[in-house]
Amino acid sequence: MSELHTIQTNINGKPVEASVPGRLLLSDFIREELRLTGTHVGCEHGVCGACTILYDGLPSRSCLMLAVQADGHEIVTVEGLASNGELHPLQEAFKAKHGLQCGYCTPGFLMTLVPFLAEHPDPDEATVRDAISGNLCRCTGYQSIVDATLLAARQMREKAGAVDGSEATS
Amino acid sequence: MSVQCVGEPILRNEDERLLKGDALFTDDVQLPGLLHAAFLRSPYGHARILSIDVEAARQSAGVLGVYTAKDIGSLMNPAPLIVPPPPIEGLVFNQRTHTALASSKVRHVGEPIAMVVAESRYLAEDAIEKIHVDFEQLPVHLDIEDSLQAAESFVHDDLESNLAAHVVQRRGDYEKAKAEAHRVITRRFTYDRGIAAPIENRCVVADWNRMGKRLTVWDTTQAPIPIRNGLAGMLGLTENQVRVIAPHIGGAFGAKLMAFYSEEMLVPWASMQLERPVRWTEDRHENFYSTSHERGQVHEAEIAVDQEGHILGIKDVFIHDTGAYNNYGLTLPINSQCCLLGLYHIPSYYSEFRVAFTNKTLVAPYRGAGRQHGVFVIERLLDSVARELNIDRAEIRRRNLIPPDAFPYDHKIIYQDFAPLVYDSGNYEPVLRKAMDMIDYDTFIRDVQPRLRAEGRRVGIGIVTYAEGTGIGPYEGARVQVLGSGKVLVVTGVGTQGQGHYTSFAQLAAQQLGVDVTDVEVVTGDTDQFHWGTGTFASRGAVVAGNAVNAAATAVREKVIHLAADLLSVSVDEIDLVDGKAIHRADPEKSMTLGQLAAAANPTRGAVRPGTEPGLEATRYFGPERGTTAFGAHAAILEVEQGTYQIKVLEYVVVHDCGKVINPMIVEGQVHGGVAQGIGNAFLEQLVFDDQGRIKNANLRDFLLPTALEVPRMKCGHEETPSPLNPMGVKGTGEAGAIPVGPLFAQALDDAFSDVRLEILDIPLNSSTLWHSVQEQGENQVAIHEWT
Repeated sequence: MSELHTIQTNINGKPVEASVPGRLLLSDFIREELRLTGTHVGCEHGVCGACTILYDGLPSRSCLMLAVQADGHEIVTVEGLASNGELHPLQEAFKAKHGLQCGYCTPGFLMTLVPFLAEHPDPDEATVRDAISGNLCRCTGYQSIVDATLLAARQMREKAGAVDGSEATS
Repeated sequence: MSVQCVGEPILRNEDERLLKGDALFTDDVQLPGLLHAAFLRSPYGHARILSIDVEAARQSAGVLGVYTAKDIGSLMNPAPLIVPPPPIEGLVFNQRTHTALASSKVRHVGEPIAMVVAESRYLAEDAIEKIHVDFEQLPVHLDIEDSLQAAESFVHDDLESNLAAHVVQRRGDYEKAKAEAHRVITRRFTYDRGIAAPIENRCVVADWNRMGKRLTVWDTTQAPIPIRNGLAGMLGLTENQVRVIAPHIGGAFGAKLMAFYSEEMLVPWASMQLERPVRWTEDRHENFYSTSHERGQVHEAEIAVDQEGHILGIKDVFIHDTGAYNNYGLTLPINSQCCLLGLYHIPSYYSEFRVAFTNKTLVAPYRGAGRQHGVFVIERLLDSVARELNIDRAEIRRRNLIPPDAFPYDHKIIYQDFAPLVYDSGNYEPVLRKAMDMIDYDTFIRDVQPRLRAEGRRVGIGIVTYAEGTGIGPYEGARVQVLGSGKVLVVTGVGTQGQGHYTSFAQLAAQQLGVDVTDVEVVTGDTDQFHWGTGTFASRGAVVAGNAVNAAATAVREKVIHLAADLLSVSVDEIDLVDGKAIHRADPEKSMTLGQLAAAANPTRGAVRPGTEPGLEATRYFGPERGTTAFGAHAAILEVEQGTYQIKVLEYVVVHDCGKVINPMIVEGQVHGGVAQGIGNAFLEQLVFDDQGRIKNANLRDFLLPTALEVPRMKCGHEETPSPLNPMGVKGTGEAGAIPVGPLFAQALDDAFSDVRLEILDIPLNSSTLWHSVQEQGENQVAIHEWT
């Protein structure tokens, strides 16, 4: 464990340089070293999805990655979703639809769904269920998460439509 | 405006911090100089410990301490019994609780043997691998029936068998009822072990402050105050020297209620020894072994009925698996015994159970807490009666319901809360009827099912009912205070694990004090903030703590109104509390904000009237005389895919009645989550043990929890029969969704395979066992045809 590796990465838009042991998990680096404890660890074997982060924009299980793999890559955690204190539309929709109870799995769902909605702006229920089938939630029974996702998609489309519309008329 | 907020689907106060990743969970606690603990656990189900060599571990990098049973002094006293046995005549109870570390022998795989504390979790786990233990293996008791038959090498050497308890409860004369019965049906049911598997594993962080002589413990517990009290005793401290904080908890479902887990004793002790903060975080593999299990029972049950299918009596003899220890007393088998009675009038009942020690992880409540098993037995018995007497399955239930004019209804046996099992209120037929209507029961059976079957599709419908004893005592308390800012503080002793207490308790205070729900700050689970209480379990938070919050808020309302009337020189009945202000009803210009009133209630100079108490604050306690009984019905239509035997839920309906509802959005969320866990329990989750009691699927890839693909969209219907046992008329709902899913799936699958007369008697099911059962039944049917 003694040999340290220097890594340069970007976390939530900020450059970070750190020296880390080769075996340090990315999830532990994010939580323990960077103190970004919104990324939760549920199984440490890549099944529950609670630790999902964005790795160069792709949802990834930080418990299955090493911190050294962050070298030269961009990471976004749940703390990076809200901007200027304003919740992301998906976060707003989770609140509006009671898409969370204990909230432990929630960051993983959010980080799975943000890139999903970017690719699927108008998903149907089955597609949403498929998209979250790699994330486990023990509280909600998923229905409210599905409803929140569909609501967020609609609101994001409407917002995008409004922007497009205003550009078209200007 | 003092609008009605109790009963409304108010969005949750706690969501924003959870959504932003700002909420504090136990494993998030960071302290300067934090050390990390890891545990060496038994690889054997039953073995003597001949020797332990920890020298190499002590020399391992970054290690500050290695501890075995001989190092931990008074922590080797057996852990306290959480629930003593209730006063039932003739009851036998052999109390055997665990010690913090195993000393002379291990009694289940995963039992902790040694603890290492090191500079990091990685280094602590390195050192664990360097500990050498010599074991002498002993015969392993895994099957609960075999365990009770065993003649030697008992789980506890000082007992003469593996019997942990024996209880008989009876109502009326079953044998007489049997003799008079038109039909007596006998069945054997098994309900296998399961686990709660919250996504957050357990975690304990302890920080002994040498200078202040205080211990602070962050713990993923559902019962922070009992943990505080117990730790003080074990560690030779006074209660006020120990602060236990249960911050946000990532799901618990009963699994974080067991107290004391070994780690909850050892981590605080280690912090005192080393005078450094120490954290232990369970990993998922450990969770499968070191966090409590639930559900193992075998029932031999008998039902006696008349010609119309009215129940004359039930006899049920069952064995309950408590694992290696019985810290949680008899709560689970007594729940099974009582919940078996369901919503039905059962004039005679003979119920006998024995509890077996086995070489498996100890058994303690998991959502439902023994209720599932009882409901499974009665609902399956009714299905067998319906089949044999050719009565519709919904109709046989309707005929046996306790009528609405029979409440309070006394079952004449003792419940888990030591009180007689008396249902407080109920109106059952509308719930059953509504479930039938919502799923279109009659149309499905008459038209839809025959059509789908003609198309070659295997579809079946099920409908079941359940009673849920909720809101048991002894008591909870709450303090409500108007703060200087005019905001309101609510403090209670219960912990919270996602049930929305930050919002539902806030609604109760907001309603009384005329403030916005977002202006009420709720603090739960911090023993420095509230000293008294027992915890969050048995669907009791809203009932017991909720009524305490309501009473305290009502008392503060009186204080606010009296002070405002005094200062505004008007009479008390002219004051309204609206928008965070006390206003004169006739002249709203005459008003004071709650902040101004809070300041006036706490003068810093001058004199006060004799007897004046400062502040706008009140503390109240609520202790119900007995639990309230919620109830409901679930209905579902299932389809079995030909070939694979995969199950698809086409429709799922829940109609429930939990009395007055504080927040319907939160209640519905509880129901949804309960059903999801019930589905996992009924059809996916099975712990597979090898001959040592090692779990072959101790990971989330092989132990299948339901995902968004298995849990269907649910339709919820509500009825509202208030409880007379508390001023708000509320009942609990935390476990309602989870309880009746097993018999529901079994019934619907029997229906889907009615051509081979399938009868499911065992839970959990899965596609493989279903296929085997159908093949077996199919062959039996062929055999029957050949014989006849």
